[in-house]
Amino acid sequence: MSDILFRSLLELGDDSLILAQRLCEWCGQAPSVEVDLSLSNLGLDLMGQATLFLGYAGEVEGKGRDADRLAFHRDAEQFRNCLLVEQPNGDFGQTMARQFLFSTYQLALFEGLVGSTDPRIAEIAAKAVKEVRYHADISADWVIRLGDGTEESHQRMVDGFDWFWRFIDDMFAVDADQRALIDQGVLVDRAALRPAFDARVAEVLAEATLPAAEPVWQVGAGREGRHTEHLSHLLGVMQQLPRAHPEAAW
Amino acid sequence: MAAGAALSEQALRDRIETVLAEVPDPEIPAVSVVELGIVRGVDPEGPSVIITPTYTGCPATIAIEMAIRVALDEAGMADVAIRTVLSPPWSTDMISDAGREKLRAYGIAPPPKGAEARSLRGADIVECPRCGSPHTQEVSRFGSTPCKALWKCADCHEPFDRFKCH
Repeated sequence: MSDILFRSLLELGDDSLILAQRLCEWCGQAPSVEVDLSLSNLGLDLMGQATLFLGYAGEVEGKGRDADRLAFHRDAEQFRNCLLVEQPNGDFGQTMARQFLFSTYQLALFEGLVGSTDPRIAEIAAKAVKEVRYHADISADWVIRLGDGTEESHQRMVDGFDWFWRFIDDMFAVDADQRALIDQGVLVDRAALRPAFDARVAEVLAEATLPAAEPVWQVGAGREGRHTEHLSHLLGVMQQLPRAHPEAAW
Repeated sequence: MAAGAALSEQALRDRIETVLAEVPDPEIPAVSVVELGIVRGVDPEGPSVIITPTYTGCPATIAIEMAIRVALDEAGMADVAIRTVLSPPWSTDMISDAGREKLRAYGIAPPPKGAEARSLRGADIVECPRCGSPHTQEVSRFGSTPCKALWKCADCHEPFDRFKCH
């Protein structure tokens, strides 16, 4: 059972870690200094979550790997994040579409995990959920502002969402091995969160005057370690320094 | 010196708290780590100081722990450990009344109490920490540190930080 818990903690930590890395690619490049600060702050919160979940994962695994070791010394196929978070930033509209979809999902997930029967998971979720409320809020704001904005900003939001609809099932995927941990109340059944997620997304899209999500062919199995090519490129940047100097301390 | 062995429990607690009251927050040096609610207490077993992070990713967390370590060492309490806990999660309600006044004097609008669970939109009136005007406006939900948002005053026209409800 501990190997399934380990893998499930990697899912939680890797989602946050990879999206943090993506968001920090905006640093110094965002449309305004306030937005620059916002995106870096979101990334920082996610980095904090990743540190806590990966740290706990390392303890559960019991092989002496800490959060840094897990973040910097695994290859793409060992990452358990969903495919949505590893997708390139695209333009600001695409970044905000991704952020809104992920934060809406993560808020529902953490609200559930606050009640986890595993006290470590429960306390990390209780800490993080307050931060994620801000993420869900600010990204919904931008989706509405851009969707219900100019002709160009509207079209960019349409295009941004179009890229991501194919990754939604992957984000919610649960495999049969995790069923026992769900039954014990350690994990949340992600599938059960889907109706509320769909309803919230539909609500914000309508307010943003954007077209409703269309059913599209769903791809991927990020939770099984099968990723898009983008993850390897991201890891190449993120892991370069600690891999080049594996014993360095700073 | 083995502080734990030499002092009674209450005396030890008092002594540690006196030292920590002088440790400023690295980002907002106008307030101490005790006033911000980062120091959760003193555990005489060990003995250890129990601290809690404000935000999960706050980079100041490490600086705070180091500052507390240095202060304890300099006060001859090198044997007092520092332990970090997450639960119950830190909230802005843990900032003391004295801490709130110091934030205001420093130019940061303090968070209202009991606001933790309220709407992030913040229906409350935020008073300008410089001129006291209630005519203020949010510029950005995120500011220079995870715990602050950017606001501006419509009367004195000064920008200011607001401590986010959390």
